[in-house]
Amino acid sequence: MTRPNAAAGPEDLIKIYRTSTLIKQTDEAIRGLLRRGRLQANYYSPRGQEIVAAAMAATLQPDDYVVTIYRGLHDHLAKGVPLKALMAEYFGKVDGSCKGKGGCMHITHPEAGVMVTTGIVGSGMPIANGLALASQERKDGRVTVTNFGDGATNIGSFHESMNLASLWKLPVVFLCQNNLFAEHTATELCTAGNIVDRAKGYAMPGILVDGNDPEAMYAAARQAVDRARDGEGPTLIEARTFRFEGHNYGDPSSYIPKEMMAEAKANDPVPKLRALLIERGIATEDEVAKIDADAAAEIAEAVTFAQESPYPDVAENLSDVYATVLENA
Amino acid sequence: MAEITCSQATQQALDEAMAADPTVLVFGEDVADPEGGGIMGSTAGLSTKYGSRVRSTPISEQAIAGAAVGAAIAGMRPVAEIMLMNFITVAMDMIVNHAAKTRFMSGGKTAVPLTIRTMSGAGIGAGGQHSDMYEAWLAHVPGLKVVVPSNAADQKALLKSCIFDDDPCIFVETTYIQFVKGEVPDDYEAPLGKAKVSREGTDVTIVGYGRPILDALAVAEKLAAEGISVEVVDLRTVMPWDQETVFKSVAKTKRAVTLHEAVVQFGVGAEISSRIHEELFDTLKAPVQRVGSMNTVVPYSAPLEQNFMWSQDKIEAAIRRTLERK
Repeated sequence: MTRPNAAAGPEDLIKIYRTSTLIKQTDEAIRGLLRRGRLQANYYSPRGQEIVAAAMAATLQPDDYVVTIYRGLHDHLAKGVPLKALMAEYFGKVDGSCKGKGGCMHITHPEAGVMVTTGIVGSGMPIANGLALASQERKDGRVTVTNFGDGATNIGSFHESMNLASLWKLPVVFLCQNNLFAEHTATELCTAGNIVDRAKGYAMPGILVDGNDPEAMYAAARQAVDRARDGEGPTLIEARTFRFEGHNYGDPSSYIPKEMMAEAKANDPVPKLRALLIERGIATEDEVAKIDADAAAEIAEAVTFAQESPYPDVAENLSDVYATVLENA
Repeated sequence: MAEITCSQATQQALDEAMAADPTVLVFGEDVADPEGGGIMGSTAGLSTKYGSRVRSTPISEQAIAGAAVGAAIAGMRPVAEIMLMNFITVAMDMIVNHAAKTRFMSGGKTAVPLTIRTMSGAGIGAGGQHSDMYEAWLAHVPGLKVVVPSNAADQKALLKSCIFDDDPCIFVETTYIQFVKGEVPDDYEAPLGKAKVSREGTDVTIVGYGRPILDALAVAEKLAAEGISVEVVDLRTVMPWDQETVFKSVAKTKRAVTLHEAVVQFGVGAEISSRIHEELFDTLKAPVQRVGSMNTVVPYSAPLEQNFMWSQDKIEAAIRRTLERK
């Protein structure tokens, strides 16, 4: 069923741009810190995938749940994890969203609905079902979005989770951010058929969308989110996108054809949306320039905050292992 | 007082927990009434009484354990059943990487108050993939609690303690004793992390848990006839284990034997033995002895399986070894 009013309005597009430019600039700042040796982290850049997260988040309520993966900066910022808490966590500082104890691969911020960030490929999906099961039993109207890459569609948990979610009509959106490479292996070399077609096998709708197109992505997300919220069950979205910075920071991406990378960068979705806003008269050059400048200022402030924040006390090693610290631990 | 089986004890614990707290959910393979209320009848009647809070699942251990993790993070108290302990191997990522670590990695922002019920144990000819005891693996993971009851009263009380505990608990029901009946007083409680001195004695302490406690008590009774006084400490909770009760007992008897169903090598007995030596080396009159199953695959053929398993003879021999030094 196609739902009415599923199109992104001007305000939605501005919101998506504001989020996208924040993600893009934060990623650039983090890579700059890594390059200069100011930060040490296993970092998985989402550069190039900003629109997928920003458009999805524009369709969500503040208390909806999000589950994501180690490449999760874009999902975290889009859902509203405060930049200071996020940056301090990257630095392993006590003011981080997890007191520095989880790190950049395990951001958790329930206040923003970011419930789990997993470092294990495919493991977010079974947990997302559980969050959605809680919502279904409590009838709280929440939707859970679980993000994963194309590589995760070849692990058993994807299939177990899709089956269970469909069977129980759980309010889940399975958002596959297909960036065309599973670690260093091209998707077509490790994935039989089209990912979106796997939805059919589990009796749920599958939507194939250009994840870098903000309007198409918003419409796809909106349809899946509304369906879940209405109690009709899960949807699989395959959002085609691309990552500019390889699998992890320092990956020279030698396995990506040069022409492919050049073409993707020529179609960088964030400046493209910026141009679209001006071209359509949704915002002026001055207005988008201010959005960019606001993001830059916020990032600079967050980096300073994170660098100045203290490290956690070593006593933190024994707290939060259990609800109460065990004697004789 | 009426006697009930351990399986019935589980059923009563689940029923009482679900009646007391609407956040308690039960799911797993075949647990709902149309599917028989569980292979042991441990969940019989619950789906009829509590509707969608009790659900039969596909044979999908990752999905079962993952749903428990997610529901727990969202504030529910799920009780997931992984039918047999060997099948936990299929769900280890959810248990080890997620259930156990989520509280710490989130800086305490998210808790995982789930319980995973599972069953295992040798001695019924189930062979190599339906009989293993893997509690040592799980006890080795920071963040998990592991409970192995030895009788109906403890099974009921400890299961409720697990359900209402704020940490992820693995609750192991040993296959053989599920058919054994015992008295369950109405007001009986068993907190996690507290051992029970099942029999008092003065010459040697047996520290164990689960089904072999029955054998320890039988051996203690037998040796009493020749004047050997055996104290039996039933740990009940494997992690965190009650070091205070164990050290107090061994400080008194000065001799100890550890006992469990699992194979001896790298087992829970090794940790207990090590800690006793660290704390009470100067008090001990003999090295701590360990009893468990043989370091091999659980065999099918009955004589092989009997040979593989711990036994009352092996317990008695271990006790006598501790008594050789005066």
